[in-house]
Formats: sequence, C-alpha cells, structure tokens
Amino acid sequence: MKLLKTALLGTVAAAVMAGAAFAQDKRVVTWNADYDPIPLAAAEALIADFEAANPDIDIQLTNFDHEAYKNAIRNFLTADAPDLANWYAANRMRPFVEAGLFADISDVWAANGLTEALASSVPSSTIDGKQYAIPYTYYQWGIYYNRDAYAAAGVEVPAADATVDWPTFLANCEKFKAAGIDCVTTGSSALWPVAGIFDYLSLRTNGYQFHADLAAGKISWTSPEARAVFAEFAKLQPFVTANHAAIDWQDAAAIFVQDKAAHYVMGNFAVGVFKEGGMTNDNLGFMMFPEITAGIARAEEAPTDTIHLTSGAKNPEDAKKFLAYMASAEAQSKWNAAVGQLPTNKNATVDPADPFLSEGFQTLSTATGGIAQFWDRDADAEYAKAGMEGFQRFLVQPEALEEILAQLEATRLRLYPQ
Amino acid sequence: MALATDSGASAAVSQKAPRWNQKNLAPWLFLAPGMFMFTVYVLWPIVESITLSFYDWNGLYNRDGEFTGRFVGMANYRELLIDPAFETSLWNNLKWLVLYMLALPLGLFIAIFLNQTVRGIRIYKSLFFFPFVISQVVVGLIFAWFYAPNFGLLYLLIEWLAGKGVAILADPDLVTYGIIAAGLWPQIAYVMILYLTGLNNVSPDQIEAARLDGAKGWKMLWYVVLPQLRPATFIAVIVTVIGALRSFDLVSIMTSGGPFGSSRVLSYYMFEMALGEFGFRMGYGAAIAVVLFAIMMIFISGFIWKMWRDETER
Repeated sequence: MKLLKTALLGTVAAAVMAGAAFAQDKRVVTWNADYDPIPLAAAEALIADFEAANPDIDIQLTNFDHEAYKNAIRNFLTADAPDLANWYAANRMRPFVEAGLFADISDVWAANGLTEALASSVPSSTIDGKQYAIPYTYYQWGIYYNRDAYAAAGVEVPAADATVDWPTFLANCEKFKAAGIDCVTTGSSALWPVAGIFDYLSLRTNGYQFHADLAAGKISWTSPEARAVFAEFAKLQPFVTANHAAIDWQDAAAIFVQDKAAHYVMGNFAVGVFKEGGMTNDNLGFMMFPEITAGIARAEEAPTDTIHLTSGAKNPEDAKKFLAYMASAEAQSKWNAAVGQLPTNKNATVDPADPFLSEGFQTLSTATGGIAQFWDRDADAEYAKAGMEGFQRFLVQPEALEEILAQLEATRLRLYPQ
Repeated sequence: MALATDSGASAAVSQKAPRWNQKNLAPWLFLAPGMFMFTVYVLWPIVESITLSFYDWNGLYNRDGEFTGRFVGMANYRELLIDPAFETSLWNNLKWLVLYMLALPLGLFIAIFLNQTVRGIRIYKSLFFFPFVISQVVVGLIFAWFYAPNFGLLYLLIEWLAGKGVAILADPDLVTYGIIAAGLWPQIAYVMILYLTGLNNVSPDQIEAARLDGAKGWKMLWYVVLPQLRPATFIAVIVTVIGALRSFDLVSIMTSGGPFGSSRVLSYYMFEMALGEFGFRMGYGAAIAVVLFAIMMIFISGFIWKMWRDETER
C-alpha cells in the first residue's frame, strides 16, 4: 500500500515538473472555439503565423462542437476559464459581460487604432462605452436568385448593377407563381430564417433605427410603423414556399437548387450549400433586398463573429497580443479568404474572383443606413424567440395578424415594463 | 440518558449493545446505498428545483463563483398563469395523456393475436417488438421523414389520394397528433410485450371451464381473460402515463416544439426555457418543472396508494 502511494506521488510529481518545464519554454494562451473543419483549419493557419512571429507564445486551441459550445461556454467561463473564447457580438454577449465574465478590452482597441479600422463593428462590440469583443468576420445577407428559374418562368433576369424595386419584385412573384415556381423559399423549422425576411422588410420599410428600437423593445407592435412592416410581409406571404415550417433551411436550399424556387433570402454561408447542390456562378446570382420606402438610407444585415478575452484569463497580456493580431487586416484577409466570409477590418482584402464576396463587400461598405446583426442577436434572447415565433406564425396564418401582434405586444410589455 | 446513569453505565452498555445486532442492522445496511443515491439524485434535486423556481436566474455564476440569481417569490408562477405557451403545452400534455392510452387496447389486441402456436411465431413476436428496441430518436427521424412535405411517404400518399398533400408537421392543428402517432408505435410494442407475458400466466383451467359454460368471444375476454391480466394492465397503465408525461425526445427531434410552439409539451417547454438557445431562464424553467412534477405526483400517489392497498389486503 505504502509502496503504491509513493509510486503515485512520484508520478504526479514528475508530471507536475514536466508541465512546469514545458510552461517555462513558452507562455501558453488557451483559446476555446467552435469551428467547423474549414474555419478550424484557417484558424490553425493563423495560429501558426502568429507563433512564428512570437516564438515565445504558444496558442492552444480547444475546438468544440458548434451546438455543444453554446452550453459549454456557460460552464467553462466560471469553472475553468480559457484566456480567449469565441462568441457573438451585440446582445448575444451581454449576459457574459454583465456577469463580469468577459473582460474589457478597450485598451486593445485604443492601442491598435481599431475604432478606425473596425469602424462598422464598433456599435456591436461596445457595451456601456467599453469594447468587449474583437470582431474578425461577418457575412452579408441578401437575396440569392436562380437564373434557371427566371428562364423557366420567362421573367427577365435583373441586370447586374440595377436594383429591382419592390413592386417589380412582387409582380415577378406573380409570374413565378403562374409558372408553378415558388418566388421566395425558406425553411423555417429552426425559426431564424424567417427573421431574415422580416428584418429586411423592417429595414426597408422603416430603416435601421426602427429595427434597433423594435429589437430593444422600445416600439409597440401595434404601432402604425410595425403594422406597415406586416403589411409588406402580407404582400410577400402568398409567394413563400408552402410548408416551410416543417423543413430546415437546407431542405429549402434543395428546392432552390432544383429550380423549384427563384429567390432565397439568406446569408452568404448558403452559397457553399447551393454550389454543393450543383449551382455555379452562371446560374446563381446575388441581389440586394429591394427598396420599399423610397429615400430610406439602406441598411444591411451582417452577423458578426467575435473573440473575447475572459475575466479569468491566466495570461491576459499575451492573449491581448493575439487579439490585436486577429483584428489586423493581414490576419482577417487570410482567415476570411479561406472561409469565404468578409473581414470586418476595412483595410483587409477580399478575393475578387468570388462574385458573392465582392458583391457582399460592396453591399456592406456602401450601406449608409447601418449594419444590423440579425433579429436574434439584436434582440434579447427571450424577446427574439417570441418575435420569431410570431413571424413564422404570420407566414403560416396571415389571418391571425391581430392575435399575433397582441401576443407580441404582451410579451414586450412584460419584458420591458413601460 | 438519565435512565442510563441511574442504572449504571456498565449495565446500560450490556443491555443496549444487543439492540444493534445483525438482524436489525442488516436491512439498514442494505438500504443505505439506495437511500443515499435516492437522496442525492432524487430528493435533493427536487428541493433544489423548487427553491430555484422562486428565483430569476440566467444560469451564470460570476467570476467569484457567486450565485447571480434574484429572489422573485411567486412571480414565475404568476407568469405561468398568463403565458399562452404554457397553456398550449398543458393542453398538449393532456392530448398526449389521453391518446397515449390507445396503446393499451391496441397492444392487447396484438398480444392476443400473437398468442398462438404457429411455426415461426417467435420471429413475428420479435418483429412486432422491434419498434420498442430502436431508439426514440430514430423513431422520431423515421416519422419526420414519413411526414415530410414533397418527399415523405405519407405526404405523397395523401397527395395521390386527395390531390393535395398535407404537411402534418407544418400544420399547427395536426402536429401534436402526428407526434403522438409516432410515439404510439413503440409504446404499443411495449404494452404488447407486457400483455404477452401476462397471457402466459392465464390459467388454462379457467379458460377451459369458461368454455364449457359456453363463454366465448368478447365475454370470454372481458370476464375471464382480462381479470387475470390485471397485474399486466396495471404496469401497462403506469408506463404509458409516465411515457406520455415525459414525451420530450420525439417533440425535440421532430419539430423542436414548432411550428410557432404549437407542439410544445411541458417537458420540452421546460428545456427550452432553462437550457434552450433562447432560454437560460433557470427559475422559470424550474417553475415549469415543479408544475410537471405536481401533475406526475397525482398519478404516482395514485399508483402507490393502489400498490399499498394490494399489499396490505394480502
């Protein structure tokens, strides 16, 4: 028994010493992330570059499954915090900031001139005047269209630069419907795809500030402005794929790829799925969501992914060095080129050979109205869910409008007592 | 204690020592591990949940490991009363309870049908039992595809018969029934196996006697066979009620509570509120759990009372 104890102690001591020796070699920065294979490879390439430039720092990335991460982060931030953690901007990071689990990194922003370089993402990285996030990628939303479906229905394909206006878009929808093609497809079983449609209708009808105020619970659902959004929604409703509530967005992508649908209001990540389904740059097109109320400054949706410094970080100094690197134009160009998304650093470059990325970059950099995160990131979690259920219900049962608005308004008054 | 000092310490020890002999110590020793587990994994969580239901808490501890919740008294329960989603969940749970009971007659019917000696009957029995063996997740996926618009078998069948397909999982009025049907498939198999074992124990003498008295068909079933199947029926009712109340996996796999929350049940709503992506309202989730627990308690106390009565009558 005693022998066993001694042996155990010996092993533990040896392990501790080995660990200590290892740590003396390099200063470790731990990073928890939730990457799919392609982004993971891109992140590892960045780490390799960073370590080559800073040979005394060792970045250790622990990758989690995307869905599992959402729960895991709540545990590891308190129990065993890494130095860096992936998360999302705007309201999504608020609970962690308010619980004091994400650290204030305004100094990193100030020291590297990031308010200038990451100008479009300042609002979504800031809470109470302090920055808590390094945004390193986002992607545009918009309308993807199928040129083959246009040909099949005999509708004129929108010209490259010209934007379609809303009455023309709806008139085209009539033609698609007559040809047996869904004008707009979506798969809303996970709810969020309908929020994309609603957000654009709301941004185009009332502008960015309305969207932000609505998401913040400052605007009544029964107000004339909100009703105006639903009025436009009602015009689109008959042309949306039936039974969308039972299918996932990928199932709807299949409908789109098979030329059974003409448009898909989606984020740029869907391009990979469309292309896997056999579409090419020849028959897949991208356009901005049509203008509805004339004269409103155009706002776009571009959800941003972020990295955060945790309050429990053991090596905050080196972690900040890495954060500054992730904010740099060079790192962002490289990571986003590999993943096919857009860098948030305005000095970064985008692959000109990818029409969707260049158009997206163009769309976002000319959006004078503002960049919205997305309904479920701009609104509080519970409010976001209630809203998305309302949008989905309206698409299924447009006649229940009054009931939907009354219910949303009741939720709003409960969450944001006036 | 006073008595012990009066009669002398040595005498007390010699008299009290045998009280802890093997015979009365043994049961407690055997019970101890079970009681320990039951306390740690059942009783303590129940107390914790009830406590938590009086708080507003987002599930986070702050950096110093302090609980960040706020005591709100009955506010969570008051909110439940006016929450339309809670009302939907409650009604859906009721639908589950009532319709799940169909598993009993259907399981009994199949059991009687299979209770014969034909060549290869064992294979047929195992085939009928098969749905209970496969995971609920797989059952959910199979049925989700079965109902799926555009390519699902049932959808195509309805389209062929009626000219227009019905996407059951997209229809707020049908969705719960669609999920219950999926749940019944394995539940019928479970009840069937309970009845099959029960039928093995039906005394042949009584059947014989009843037959001589001219009983057959429904009368034979109702007055002779069913009374002998009472223990099997009792167990079948228990597992079906519990199965209906904890129907979580199918809802989660097939619809995630949708469309717009019309297929939610209490257990799923509790998960959504406490642990779902847009939830993390631990207190509210706990309040739903307490309500579900109270509903289950009604049935559980009923069962325990009946078992107690049966035991003491014997």
